[in-house]
Amino acid sequence: MKISVIITLKKDVLDPQGKVIHQTLDGMGFEDVNEVRQGKYFEIDTKETDNDKAKAKVEEMCKKLLANLVIENYKIIDPK
Amino acid sequence: MKSSVITFPGSNCDRDMDVALKKFGFKNKMVWHADAELPKSDLVILPGGFSYGDYLRCGSMASKSKIMQSVINFANSGGMVMGICNGFQILVETGLVPGVLLRNKYLEFICKNVFVKINDKKNKYFKNVDNEILEFHIAHNEGNYFCTNDQLKEIEDNNQIAINYCDENGKIEDQFNPNGSIKNIAGIFNKEKNVLGMMPHPERMIDTSLSGEDGSLFFKNLINNLK
Repeated sequence: MKISVIITLKKDVLDPQGKVIHQTLDGMGFEDVNEVRQGKYFEIDTKETDNDKAKAKVEEMCKKLLANLVIENYKIIDPK
Repeated sequence: MKSSVITFPGSNCDRDMDVALKKFGFKNKMVWHADAELPKSDLVILPGGFSYGDYLRCGSMASKSKIMQSVINFANSGGMVMGICNGFQILVETGLVPGVLLRNKYLEFICKNVFVKINDKKNKYFKNVDNEILEFHIAHNEGNYFCTNDQLKEIEDNNQIAINYCDENGKIEDQFNPNGSIKNIAGIFNKEKNVLGMMPHPERMIDTSLSGEDGSLFFKNLINNLK
């Protein structure tokens, strides 16, 4: 089963990379962009076949390694 | 005094640290990250470098490596643990010291000498250091110290800020903040002050012909405080 996770920076955390991307987009003519925030995307292929159990495991992975909860939020995308 | 320097894949200041520790009288051992047991030590060092290629987040993988459980137990039982640069990043990822280290504010790798002001001397790292201001070297891409407002209040209430970036006269202002760190924080302690994480490299300031001597002051004092 494949489960996806998206990690984003919390709202109050400065994202200088997102800022530079925003400026570059602006310079390229994409002038209607309000803000860009950069994040991370993971695809985890697990042997677990039970949907809920797999999600619970991935949640544990997020808390213990994939995200740093001081600055980041995680969102687990429901497996298909 | 016995010290241990942990080498992770990608550490590159471990041997500099070994030279510095031995120069000032420590009997130092190099310890591989995949070992489970920490040798008997009075001081454990997590050195600078790029452990695990800085993948995911700087220090995140190293904080989960085998030796780190022993280091965490050692720290929790009152043992002295110092993390320099990438070692500081590893310490925050273990949760031994609060906060995180973000990408530098202006997205530049910074490599230069800086001045830091000692904020607290009631600890074994800085007790009896004559100077208030030390000149150290920094070389990092992710040294922008950040924590939540609640954490900051706790850090300040417990006097956990170890050193702040300043000018040569000790003035702590925004213009002397190289990387955007909250309150110019360059290093912090855990609550008990046996664990110290800092971005500057004292081991690069131990030879007049190469750099400066403020690292020598630091190490000479440290070994005396541990005796």
